[in-house]
Amino acid sequence: MARIELNEIAHSYMAKPKGESDYALKRIHNVWDDGSAFALLGPSGCGKTTLLNIISGLITPSKGRVLYDGKDVTELPPEKRNIAQVFQFPVLYDTMSVFNNLAFPLRNRGIHETQVKKRVLEVAEALDLTPFLNMRAAGLAADAKQKISLGRGLVRSNVAAILFDEPLTVIDPQMKWDLRRKLKEIHEQLMQTFIYVTHDQVEALTFADQVGVMFEGEIVQIGSPQDLFEKPEHRFVGYFIGSPGMNFLECTLEGNVARVDGAGIVLDEQIAAKGHRARGKLELGIRPIYLEIHAESANGMVPADVRAVEDLGSYKIVTLTLAGKTLKANLPEDQPVPEGQVWLGFPPQWTKLFADGWLIK
Amino acid sequence: MEKWPNNKAWFLVIPVFVIVAFSAFIPLMTVINYSLQDILAPGQSVFVGTEWYKEILSDYRLHEALWRQFLFSGLVLLIEMPLGILIALAMPKRGWGVPASLVTIALPLLIPWNTIGTIWIIFTRPDIGLFGFGMNNLLGIPFDHTASSLDAWITVMLMEVWHWTPLVALLAYAGLRAIPEAYYQAARIDGASAWSTFFYIQLPKMRGVLTIAFLLRFMDSFLIYAEPFVLTGGGPGNSTTFLSIYLVKIALLQFDLGPGAAFSLIYFVIVLSFSFIFYQALLRVGKGETV
Amino acid sequence: MKVKKKTIGLVVYFILLMLPIYWMLNMSLRSNADILAFFTLYPKNITFANYIKIFTDSSWYMGYVNSIIYVALNTVISLSVALPAAYAFSRYQFVGDKQLFFWLLTNRMAPVAVFALPFFQLYSTIGLLDTHIAVALSHCLFNVPLAVWILEGFMSGVPREIDETAFIDGYSLPRFFITIFIPMIRAGVGVTAFFCFMFSWVELLLARTLTVTNAKPISAIMTRTISATGLDYGLLAAAGMLTIVPGALVIWFVRNHMAKGFALGRV
Repeated sequence: MARIELNEIAHSYMAKPKGESDYALKRIHNVWDDGSAFALLGPSGCGKTTLLNIISGLITPSKGRVLYDGKDVTELPPEKRNIAQVFQFPVLYDTMSVFNNLAFPLRNRGIHETQVKKRVLEVAEALDLTPFLNMRAAGLAADAKQKISLGRGLVRSNVAAILFDEPLTVIDPQMKWDLRRKLKEIHEQLMQTFIYVTHDQVEALTFADQVGVMFEGEIVQIGSPQDLFEKPEHRFVGYFIGSPGMNFLECTLEGNVARVDGAGIVLDEQIAAKGHRARGKLELGIRPIYLEIHAESANGMVPADVRAVEDLGSYKIVTLTLAGKTLKANLPEDQPVPEGQVWLGFPPQWTKLFADGWLIK
Repeated sequence: MEKWPNNKAWFLVIPVFVIVAFSAFIPLMTVINYSLQDILAPGQSVFVGTEWYKEILSDYRLHEALWRQFLFSGLVLLIEMPLGILIALAMPKRGWGVPASLVTIALPLLIPWNTIGTIWIIFTRPDIGLFGFGMNNLLGIPFDHTASSLDAWITVMLMEVWHWTPLVALLAYAGLRAIPEAYYQAARIDGASAWSTFFYIQLPKMRGVLTIAFLLRFMDSFLIYAEPFVLTGGGPGNSTTFLSIYLVKIALLQFDLGPGAAFSLIYFVIVLSFSFIFYQALLRVGKGETV
Repeated sequence: MKVKKKTIGLVVYFILLMLPIYWMLNMSLRSNADILAFFTLYPKNITFANYIKIFTDSSWYMGYVNSIIYVALNTVISLSVALPAAYAFSRYQFVGDKQLFFWLLTNRMAPVAVFALPFFQLYSTIGLLDTHIAVALSHCLFNVPLAVWILEGFMSGVPREIDETAFIDGYSLPRFFITIFIPMIRAGVGVTAFFCFMFSWVELLLARTLTVTNAKPISAIMTRTISATGLDYGLLAAAGMLTIVPGALVIWFVRNHMAKGFALGRV
């Protein structure tokens, strides 16, 4: 178990990267505390897997250092780093039994056979693999195979961290739920450092205490699930997290009023003041859940048109147009939806302002 | 994955069936017909039953040729399979080296078989050949494949290994390339040694292509004709007279059609049954009921 | 350090692989008298006389033309019958499919020597002896089963959902097969054509048995260098070198397809 420190990491797959765009990872500078459950969330191609492979040592970064508990391991290969990693698709040693598959990482490190047996049985028990132990791994179903892969990651008790690279991709939705809960339990038991990469926000937000959102080779925000939802520091976080994502409207500032074409939206005074000093394109952002819809006009409200209503059972998603822009709003199931023209309220505490994609705070 | 049951698919197979049957059934019938008759002159023949089979089966030269053939094919598989795998492991995985080594390795496979024999005559002759001259004059080891049986065997084996190991290497290389990168990554994380990676990942994943390579090499080495015929003509004595060479001697050169035909059929049955046994055995190893 | 050892081993292997071919090249550039007179590692008095002799004698160069004609014919025939059959084996279940597949493969195991004589009689009966088509057809005996085998492997790698989608979109089987399916497995078709070319080009026994003069392959004509005065090594070596050239050209042209085919993990 260890504290993992990434010091000014950057990586390019090209031998001679020219510009910023040649880098798969632009600049990662971050510390993960010992024993935490951490998730990295981002769309495919954002560099999550690259970052994971740098931590495990499968890739040596073009720039920067990797430290475990303050010790520089940048140049060490994975087998010397004492780390475990689970891959997206099941990786099995086809000719071995399930037991031998699980024992393989321990035996390679010369651990005594009685100890091997004890650990394998523990892990198999935790993952419900005990009935399969004497069967050949090759003949099992996809989810059982992935459980073996997980098991090989978990079987070593003294690793610096366990890295998971979208480990539940091949698992059925129901089973996914169970396995995620199981992993969480195991984490609480072992208190090892878990780093979990995924593109599924539900997976990330339910699994981890801290979630890092990655976008185009950078970690744009690290925070608790609540932080990411309520205070997205980058428009990408707002857009990527939440379903549907945050609404964004391009705007100009007049005093503490944000102008979106004709409409004026009142902002928090402090934020508006900072907005005047900020550079770049200004955008206003609000989560669908905080957008208010009224049938009657009141002070500070702006007119909009209802285009469509989707009823999802427990709540409704209303699609609206405001000055030619499309917005989404979440409404509770019991609130009636007016037709045609409505009035929108933007509560100042939930109405955020972004300059060049970054939150003004 | 279940296939769609549809007997109309036969229409798609008919052209293949017709063309192969034309080249297989009619000659096979002819051969069976010959093997049961004594042809005295064109248009004049007597039915002799299993006479020729009895004669051929008790021919001691056939027995010798058969053992020689088994020894040869056994050695071929023993040398070429591991060597081919080693070469495949050493081949580059990316960059310009890939097409370069593929072209180099495939070259011997595209040389007509009697040219192969020619190349090795020129290469191993004690007077003009690099190998023969080198052995005799530089290393001082007497070497002459036209005079010594052992030297003839060594030459034929060298030629065979030179000629056909590339096929095993190419197939093994294809098998290696099909292994997803994640397997190697997992092996590194698990702390596997190079040997364990080979034994537990690469070898099991190459099983399919190695089965094909094994069968092809068994069949073709068992049927070998042109290369040793050109190189040694089956000699010195009968020391490199393999089954095909002996068969052609009887059927085409001595024109003993009856015994030749009986020989052909026995030969065919031997190749067929061994290929079948090997195929079943390799399949069973693949499934691996035992852990 | 380990990588380096591997590469050295591979380079040594490649040198050993090229050495006999280099030796034949060396011989082909010397006159016969020169060859028998002294031993040398490289030709000191280079002569192209052997090559000139081959290119100016029509019975020599027609040998190449003959070989190339029947090899091309065989490749076209093998592919055109094997493609639909391989599709049937990879997609459909029909009466006798497994037996038929096994029977096809057994033909790959038949000793060619077994068939030489009956082939001679068969083709002389139907009047095709000494024609290119006779050799091309006889080579189908081992090339068609091989082509079906290889193509079936490639085709099974294409998910059947693609066929189903195309049929739902109203494609007929022939149109789907030609416009969608074959382009999808073109690497496999290339690999198969390569193997058909290879086995037809290198086979000698049938080609020699079925031809007299008009369609005689180059490899058979080579034996003529053994004359009353003994073996003309220079001429033999030059002819041998020239039989390597077409094969070498073919690999050179398909090298990138091969690399791609190998990347797909199939042969």
